[in-house]
Order: sequence, then structure tokens, then C-alpha cells
Amino acid sequence: MPSNAIGRRAALGGLSALFAWSFAPRLSSAAGARDPRLLVLVLRGGLDGLAAVPALGDPDFDASRLAPELRAAGATLPLDATFALNRNLPALHAMYTAREALLVHAVASPYRSRSHFDGQAVLEAGVPDLVHGGRSTGWLSRALSALPRGERLPPPRGLAISSTVPLILQGQAPIETWQRQAFRYADDDTIARLLDLYEARDPTLAEALRRGAGLDGVGMREVEGDEPPAAMRSDFAADARAAARFMALPDGPRIGAISYGGWDTHANQGSVDGQLARNLAALDAALAALREGLAPVWRETVVAVITEFGRTVRMNGSRGTDHGVGTVALLIGGAVRGGRVLADWPGLAPARLFEGRDLAPTTDIRQVMQAVLAEHLGLDPRRLSNEIFPASANLPRLRGLVG
Amino acid sequence: MFRFGLGPRPDEALPRPAEARDALLGQLARPPQTAWPDMPSSADTLRRHIEVMTEMSAGRQQAGDVARVGRNVMVLELQHRVRLAVATETPLIERLVLHWANHFTTAAANRAGPFIGPMEREAIRPNMLGRFEALLVACTTHPAMLIYLDNRSSIGPNSAIGQRRRRGLNENLAREVLELHTLGVDGGYTQQDVVELAKVLTGWTVRIDLSDVPLDRRIGFEPTMHEPGPKTILGRRYAEDGPGQLRAVLRDLARHPSTARHVTRRMVRHFVGEGAPPALATELAALFRRTEGDLGAVTRALVSHEAAWTTPAAKMRPPVELVMGAARVLGNPAPRPPAQRALAAMGQTWNLTPSPAGWPEEDDAWASPEAVKTRLDWAIEVAGTTARVDARALAEAAFGDALSTETRRALARAASGGQALTLMLMCPEFQRR
Repeated sequence: MPSNAIGRRAALGGLSALFAWSFAPRLSSAAGARDPRLLVLVLRGGLDGLAAVPALGDPDFDASRLAPELRAAGATLPLDATFALNRNLPALHAMYTAREALLVHAVASPYRSRSHFDGQAVLEAGVPDLVHGGRSTGWLSRALSALPRGERLPPPRGLAISSTVPLILQGQAPIETWQRQAFRYADDDTIARLLDLYEARDPTLAEALRRGAGLDGVGMREVEGDEPPAAMRSDFAADARAAARFMALPDGPRIGAISYGGWDTHANQGSVDGQLARNLAALDAALAALREGLAPVWRETVVAVITEFGRTVRMNGSRGTDHGVGTVALLIGGAVRGGRVLADWPGLAPARLFEGRDLAPTTDIRQVMQAVLAEHLGLDPRRLSNEIFPASANLPRLRGLVG
Repeated sequence: MFRFGLGPRPDEALPRPAEARDALLGQLARPPQTAWPDMPSSADTLRRHIEVMTEMSAGRQQAGDVARVGRNVMVLELQHRVRLAVATETPLIERLVLHWANHFTTAAANRAGPFIGPMEREAIRPNMLGRFEALLVACTTHPAMLIYLDNRSSIGPNSAIGQRRRRGLNENLAREVLELHTLGVDGGYTQQDVVELAKVLTGWTVRIDLSDVPLDRRIGFEPTMHEPGPKTILGRRYAEDGPGQLRAVLRDLARHPSTARHVTRRMVRHFVGEGAPPALATELAALFRRTEGDLGAVTRALVSHEAAWTTPAAKMRPPVELVMGAARVLGNPAPRPPAQRALAAMGQTWNLTPSPAGWPEEDDAWASPEAVKTRLDWAIEVAGTTARVDARALAEAAFGDALSTETRRALARAASGGQALTLMLMCPEFQRR
């Protein structure tokens, strides 16, 4: 861990103003005096929503693959008459109890085939399908570009906690990327010289280096000798802590994305004790880290957790699950009207399953995100259903998720 | 030099432009290396795995030790690959291995890790300049792939074992064969084709469990797991033929026009990048079809094509090429920081490909602010741990006329030898291809 991380850029003249470019007086016009934050966690691989938020109250639950693991004593935490929460999500449960977590079940993107890569493309591009929508820009980037802002302010920027910009943030809006550091930081003189060379020969790399050099100081503001407990040491929690640090800054980015893989549980899924359980625990640690890191601005924060699709209702041949459709999405944060599960529950009866195998989706993930963008960030519903989520005007509006 | 290689080695004379193409064709004409006396085979890896498992069950090793054994194997494999990158007279071959290992991505998940190196030597190197069909069969049935994409535990519901154990299909490998390895996602297959191919694939397994099955019967086709009966894929019916059924399906998939298009498009994207004229991929796909997937012919056509020599060098070299290229230009087969740490920091952890789709291939996939800054931090460490090197002389020998005036000037004005070397490793000429 580098020890010179704090404020290392301070002496670097033109590079010193970390977030000088970020939009300062906030979304004053449309969102009133609030200063809202939105962070999207993309779980890549297809989260098994049925195991994360099991429908214990469904009459067909006991006949399903879920019962042996999740019906067991102590396997779940109570939510409501129908749903419970996997026991590996205690921090999420605490937020639910504090009415800071809203769980949306039987949700899916409009994508109905079962390729991860196309599924993620549809989810992140925010389009009805890949044929008509293209896959070049992400809905969160378009939302960022559409944010209301005062005059003569530079365009708002987004934050991606990864080495590359994920599709959801690709587009016109400027994005910063950041990831945990492995080497000593480069010295300022070398940065300046390389910057000169790039300015002359390769403007793309010049721009990238300038931004990359400017971001390091904040992300690594670790408290030395203060290692968090074991579950918190997961990469996901570390990334979440970094994101929280950036987004809690008075002049930091207000919109960000993190992705986290490992949800493609084809074999030996282990929903309560195994592989999926560990992933859920890591997700829970990340949510707890966000709750803690964003505490001063929690009232104005929404964190959305989304995934490209769910998993089959039946177990496959390897004690795992294959790609399905319906799954769960989470909204947490002080701005969320939480403490409830939002679901038009289709049921687990074999006749009710999508194509006889998957949880049938009854809510479109775009409805959820449209509601968040409208209610939390003050975006115009017409723009939401045209440019941010193209061709989505036919989707019923969800209301009352935030605020 | 960079587009079809790993960059220069200062002790090698730079080929004159007129000869560069012939030099590449010469590399392709050499017979592939088949004997790797110092490196483990799949059988070695499996034997070692069973030994460690046996010790663990006897309480002499912990699960953590087993994981460490696997990681050590992969570090050794990477060190081997870096040494090869420095020593090789056929860098195009090493680049082709990287490409095909990415086309048929496997990763260190589900205990597949130690089998990845053997897969490169047993499935990819011997077949990557032969028929695509042979490469496809070899990769699909290799232990690394069968483990990584869960086929080892996919059981035909009506097979002998399926009837007894009430276990069933796993679609993972079948889907990726169609989506990623052959037809491509728009290649015209359905969910039903995925399920049918999954049935065809049942029985192809690796037994990595502790049981008394002898070693020589642990890898390959296990009839008692195979879903019996005919299967229909892309409208064509395949009679039950044991292991022959998969070969028949893969033969047809390998010759499908969608496969020709998908496979050659991935080759062009990897080697030439987004600036390649559309005609290049179209011509290669036509050649692929005409030759029934002769990858030698397709590769020769790719490196001979005018567009491969005129398309600007706009693609960022992925970290693995950068690390290998730095080791090569410095003549250092054991670079510091170690290759595995460098790759992890730069976002391309060895054998930890994030998904079966492989590493990203967009020209600027590795040009984000964070990635560029981390490359610089890495270059400074490389320079700091390299014994005195005159970067100016090295750059002249390595790049010759390709060195830009600005880079030459930046190296000449550098404040120290280490800084000059850092700038050389980071200059656009070294970063893009």
C-alpha cells in the first residue's frame, strides 16, 4: 500500500485540482436544494434472484429446488408474508428494516434470450433490443448528459470503478475511471514529460493520462493500519469504499458505476453456504461500505443493484443453475422509500414460468430506473422514455420509489 | 513488428520493409513445436491434482494449500510464456497462441487453471494453423474447457448415470460453443439448439474427484453419462454415434458460413483493429469458406493483405503483449515487477479472464485514464529495476526509422536513464500497434 497517497497531486500545478471540472452548484434547478447521488452496481453473470430474495410464501416454493437450502432454520431473514432475504445479506436486511432498501422482484431487462454478453449489452445500453438500439452508448451516460445544470458550468462527469469504462457509462458524458493501485505512484516530473510527448503524438493518451494522474489521490485515501474485518476485505467492498469516498466529496462525481462478476453459478451454486452465499456476503459487505462511506450524504443517495438476467427455477445437472430471465433488483439509500418488496409476483408454479423454465418477468428494469432518474435526479419523463431509454414510452410509469 | 509480433529484440536486425512480409510467412511455414519436455501435460496435471487431493483427504494438506499449488502452476506457466516471448524466433506464433487462447477462453475457475497451459500446448499450438474443425474439436474436448464451462458435470438425464443419480444437463459449454467459438451470437441458432448441443456434449468429461477410476480413463468420452439418441441442431439430425456425434456436429458448425464470418472477424479485430477496411474480413471469410476452414491459408492471407500493412497502428497493445514486449526489448526473461503482478495491476490478470467472451478487443479498450496511468506506474517500476540501459540506443536499435522525432527528443532530454527507459516503454510507438 503506497504511503504517499494522500494529496500526492497537490504540487502538480495544472493537474492539482482534482475535481475542478465537476459540476459545482449541483442540480439546483430541477432537484431543488438537494444534491442527489446515484451509484449503479452491475452484477455480471446473472444473479439468482430466487435465492437472494426467496419467495418462502409461494405455495410452490416447497416443491422447488430452493426449499432444501432456504427453508432450513436460520437460512433466511424475514421480510414480509411472501418474501425473505438470504441470510448472507444482513446489512441489506438492516437497511430494509430502516426503510432504506426497496427490493423489486420478478424484474428483467427487455432481453429474452440467454447470452450474458447480449444480456449485459441490453441492460447497460437501455435499449429494447440490440437490433434497433445499437450497443454503443449506455443509459447512465445519457442520463448524465441530460442532467439539469446551471449555466457556464462544465459538463457533469461520471465515475467508473474499473480500469475501463463499462458500457453503461459509455457515451458523450465524460467519465473518470479508477481502480485500486498496485504500484508506487509515478513521479510528477515523469508524468509531465510523458504528457508533453502524448500531447504532440497521441492526444487520446494525453487526455487519459491527465485524468488518470488526477484521480489517484482520492481513491487511495486508506486509513493506515486500520484493516477492515475479513468480509470487508473483498475486492467488491474495497471498490465500494473507494466509490463512496469519491462520491461523498463536495465536488466529487454524483453518478457512478461499479461492476462485480462471479454470479454465473452453473455448478455447485451453494445459495446459503457455498459459492453464491460468498458472493452475496461480498455484495452485502459492499453495501455496508457504501452505507458507511456515504453516511454524510446518505439522505441524498440511491444505490441501484442490477443484473443482466436471473437463473433457471430448476436446478441443472451440476447442482447449479443455467441462465434464466426474471430476477431481483435492489434500491438502497436514504432517499429510497424502502422497507418493502415491490413485486407483481407471477408465482413459481410450473405453468407460470417463462418458457416453462424461468421466473416470469412482470416488471421491466427500465421502469425501475426511469422512476429513479425522474424522482431522484429530476429528469424529464419524456426524455427518459425517448432518448435515455429509447422506445420505452409504452412502459407503465412506476411512482413513489424515491423521495 | 508489433501488429503481428511482440515487438523488437535489440540483438535482432530490423527486417527491411520489403522483407517483413516474407519473414512472417516464413514463421508460419515452420512446423509447430510439439514436444514440451519441461512443461506438464494434461495427464501430468491430472495426476498431480489427484495426488494433492489424496493428501488433502488424508489430512496432510489444507484446501488453501491445494489452491496455492494451482496458483503456483499458473505462475510457472506465465514465467514460461515470458521466457518464450523473449527467446522466440517466431513471435507471430506466440501472438497467434494468445489470440486463439482468447477465442477459446478458459480461466482459472472451477479448478480449470492448471489445465490452461496444457490446453495451449495440446489443443491450440498443434491446430491453430490447420483446419478450424480440428482446433474446435481439440479445444471443446480439452479438460481445461470441459472443467471451465462445467461440461464435466453435465449428465444426460436418460443416460445410465443420469437415471441412477437423477442429475441432468448443464448448458454452459453448449451455449458458448455456439455464441463465442463458432456461429456468433447472431449466427442463427435457438435456445433449442443450445439444449440439443448440450445433450450431444454429455459424456465429454474429466474426472477430477477422488475415486478409484484409473488415470487413463479419467479424461474423454464417458458413455454412461451421454444422453442417448439422435439430436437435431440447426435443423439437421445427428444419429447417435457415441463420441462421433459431437465430432459430426462440430464438423458442420466449423463449416457454417456464420462461423467463417465470426471467426475471421475476430481475427481481424484482434490483429488489425477497428480501422481495418470491411473488405479484409469479407475476403478472409470467403477464403475460410472456400478452404473449409484452413487457418494456415487464412492467416497467411491476413498477414499478406495490403490492409494489414496500411491500417494505422491505432490499437492499444493489451497488457499481456506489453509485458511480453518489454521483457523482449530488454532481453530480460525474468522481469521485475513479476509478470503476474504487472498483469493484475494493469487489469489483465493471467488466467483470470472475466468471462468466456475473453479480453476486450476494442482499439481503445486499454486506453482509459486509470489503465494508462497504471501503465506508467508499471513502466517506472520496470525502469527502476532494470540495470543500466541506454534507452536512446535501445530505442534506435529497436525502432529504427519508426521512432518519431518527438519520442527521440523526449528520450534525449530525459532527466535520468531510468526516466528515459520509462518514456520509451510508454511512447505511443511502443503502446499501440
